[in-house]
Amino acid sequence: MSLILFIEQMLNGVQFGVMLFLMAAGLTLIFGVMGLINLAHGSLYMVGAFAASWAAGLTGSFLLGLIAALTAAAAAGALIEVAVIRRLYARGHLDQVLATFALILILSEGTRWVFGSLPLFLEIPPYLSGPVRLPGGIQYPLYRLAIIVAGVMVAAGLFALIARTRIGIQIRAGEADREMIGALGVNIAALYTVVFALGAALAGLAGALIGAIQSVQVGMGEPVLILAFVVIVIGGIGSIKGALVGALLVGLTDTMGRFLLPVAFAQVMAPAAATAVGSALASMAIYILMALVLIFRPRGLYGVA
Amino acid sequence: MIVRTLAMAGALSLAAAGAQAEIKVGMSTTLSGGGAGLGIDVRDGFMLALEQSGRDDISVVIEDDQRKPDIAVQLSDKMIQSEKVDVLTGIIWSNLAMAVVPGAVAQGKFYLSPNAGPSALAGKGCHPNYFNVAWQNDNLHEAAGAYANDAGYKNSFILAPNYPAGVDALTGYKRFFKGALAGEVYTQLGQTDYAAEIAQIRASGADSVFFFLPGGMGISFLKQYADSGVGLPVVGPAFSFDQGILQAVGDAALGVVNTSQWSKDIDNPANVAFVASFQEKYGRLPSLYASQGFDTANLMLSALKVAEPSDADAFRAALEAADFASTRGKFAFGPNHHPIQDIYVREVIKEGDIYTNKIIGVALKDHADAYAVECKM
Repeated sequence: MSLILFIEQMLNGVQFGVMLFLMAAGLTLIFGVMGLINLAHGSLYMVGAFAASWAAGLTGSFLLGLIAALTAAAAAGALIEVAVIRRLYARGHLDQVLATFALILILSEGTRWVFGSLPLFLEIPPYLSGPVRLPGGIQYPLYRLAIIVAGVMVAAGLFALIARTRIGIQIRAGEADREMIGALGVNIAALYTVVFALGAALAGLAGALIGAIQSVQVGMGEPVLILAFVVIVIGGIGSIKGALVGALLVGLTDTMGRFLLPVAFAQVMAPAAATAVGSALASMAIYILMALVLIFRPRGLYGVA
Repeated sequence: MIVRTLAMAGALSLAAAGAQAEIKVGMSTTLSGGGAGLGIDVRDGFMLALEQSGRDDISVVIEDDQRKPDIAVQLSDKMIQSEKVDVLTGIIWSNLAMAVVPGAVAQGKFYLSPNAGPSALAGKGCHPNYFNVAWQNDNLHEAAGAYANDAGYKNSFILAPNYPAGVDALTGYKRFFKGALAGEVYTQLGQTDYAAEIAQIRASGADSVFFFLPGGMGISFLKQYADSGVGLPVVGPAFSFDQGILQAVGDAALGVVNTSQWSKDIDNPANVAFVASFQEKYGRLPSLYASQGFDTANLMLSALKVAEPSDADAFRAALEAADFASTRGKFAFGPNHHPIQDIYVREVIKEGDIYTNKIIGVALKDHADAYAVECKM
C-alpha cells in the first residue's frame, strides 16, 4: 500500500463526509429548532436530484440544474411544512415518524408517477469532468474536489448564518426556548417554515451534486438518510458543529474501513476469507463508531446535556 | 409423502370444480422501489406474449413483491391458497426466489423463473416442478471469464456486492478466467459510492476490471469509473448494461463489453418480431428482462397446448420439451431444468440518441451450468 493510495482514500473519505454534512446539517437543524424527526429528509434529497436532472436535461446547463435542485427542494420543503409538518410539532415523536414515513411513500410513488421507474441521467459538466493531478502525483477526479469545496463553502456559510445574522439569532433562540421568542414577537410559524425550507434546500443540493456521479432513481434518498441519522447521533442532535465533525468521522471511518480492513485481515488469513471478513466488518464500522461514541458521550460529541 | 398426497388431493378437487378449465397464473414481481424497472419489463414481456397468443382462457394475477422476501412469501401463499393459481412466475431477485420457490413447488405448483437462478435451486435443491427460463446465476459471469481469456487479459481486478448472487458472480468468473487476480473486493449491497474501490483498482496494477453491480449500483460505478480516468478495459454481465439503465449511464458505458444470453440484434424471426412488437406496444426498446418474460410466457403457452397443469406429469414433460420459438434462437433445458444456451459478447454502442448493445461474438456455446451434476430428480 502506497502513500499516494492512502492520501487518495483520505480525500475520498473527506468528500463522502462533506456530502453527508449537507444532509445532516438540515436534519439536525430541523430537529434542534423544532424538535421534529423528519424521515422524509431523504426524499427531499431525491427531489433535488430529479429536479437537477430534469433541468439540466432541458437546458444543458449543470449550474441551472443545481439552481433548480435548490429551488425545487426548498419549495417542496416549504409546502410539506405548511401542509403536514406544522400539525406535528405538538405531537410525540412516534406520530412524527409515522407521518414523515408516509411522506416518503407519497414522494417516492409521486416521483415514479411523474418520471417513471427507470433511472434518469445527470452528467458531470465538461468543465468539471476527468481527473486532475494533485501535488505528489495523486490522480483525483476534479468533480469530487469540487464537491469538497462546495461543501466547505456551504458549511462556512451556514456557520456565518447561524452566528452572525438576525435569522441565525432567531434560530438559536428558537432552539433554546420557543415560547419565549414567540412572546418577544418573532413569527414562529414563518421561522419554522424558513428553517425547514433551508434544510430541504441543503438536502436537495446534496442530491443534485451526488446525482451526477451516481444514479438518479426513486428510493435513492433512504440509504443516505440512515447515514445522516448516524451522523447527527454521533455529532449530538441539534448541533451544526457536531454534524460537521460527525459527518467527517463517518465519511472517513466508512471509506478507510472499506479500504484498510480487508488489507489488515489479509495479514493473518487467506485473501478470499480476508476479503469476506474485512468487507463484512467494514459495513459495520460506522455503527461500531456510533456505539463507541454513545458509550462515552451518550448525547453525542457536541450534544447539550 | 404427506405433502405429495395433499398436492394430489388438491389437484383432483381443482379438476372437479374447474370444469371451465381456466388457467390461472400468479405473477409476483418487483413493481415498486429501486428494482422496479426489472419487474416491469418481465411483466410487459410476459403479457405481450399472452396477448399475441390470442388465448382468452388464461388469467394472470399480478402482484408487487416490493423486493421483500416476506411479502413475496405472503403473495405466493395467497396466490396458491385463495387464488388457486396453477403456475407461478415473476420473481426477479435470488433471495426472494429462495424464500418462495421451495414452498410453492412442494405444494405441487409449477414455478417458471423469468430471472433469478440461484445455485441452490440448480443443484441439490432442484425440483421437477421448477423451471428456470433465464439462466443459472453464474452463467453470464462464466461467459465474462471466458471472454477475458479470449481478450488476452492476464490480471483482473474483480468486484461484486457482498450477498449470495455477488459471491456466485465472482465464483463464476473465476471458474473460467485463467489469469491472475490483482484484487478481489466485496462491496456493500446498495452501495452508491465507489471512490475507495476505484482508488484500489488504480493502485492494483490490473490489466482489466470485472464487475457485477446490478441496477443503480452499476450506474454509479460506471459513471465514477469513467470520471476517474483509470481507463482499464471493463467487462461485466448484462445486468449493468440493459436497455433500461444504459440511458442513465450515458457516454461512460460506450465501448464496454458485457455478456448476455440475449440481445436485440440476435437475428432470428422470433426475436425480430418480438423487438418490433414490444417497441410498438410499449414505446421503448425491450431489455433482456423483457425477453425473459416473453420467453417464459411462450414456454408456458407451448406446454399448455399439449397438457393442462392439472395433469402434472404431462405438463412437466411438455415444459421439458421446450417446444417454443425462443427470442434467443436455440434453447433447451438441461437435466436440472435450467437452460442450455449460447452466451454472447456485446458491446455498448450509440444508435442515434439511444445507447444500446451490439453482439460482437459468442463467449460460450451451448453452455450449461456447473450445478446440474448435483441435481437428483
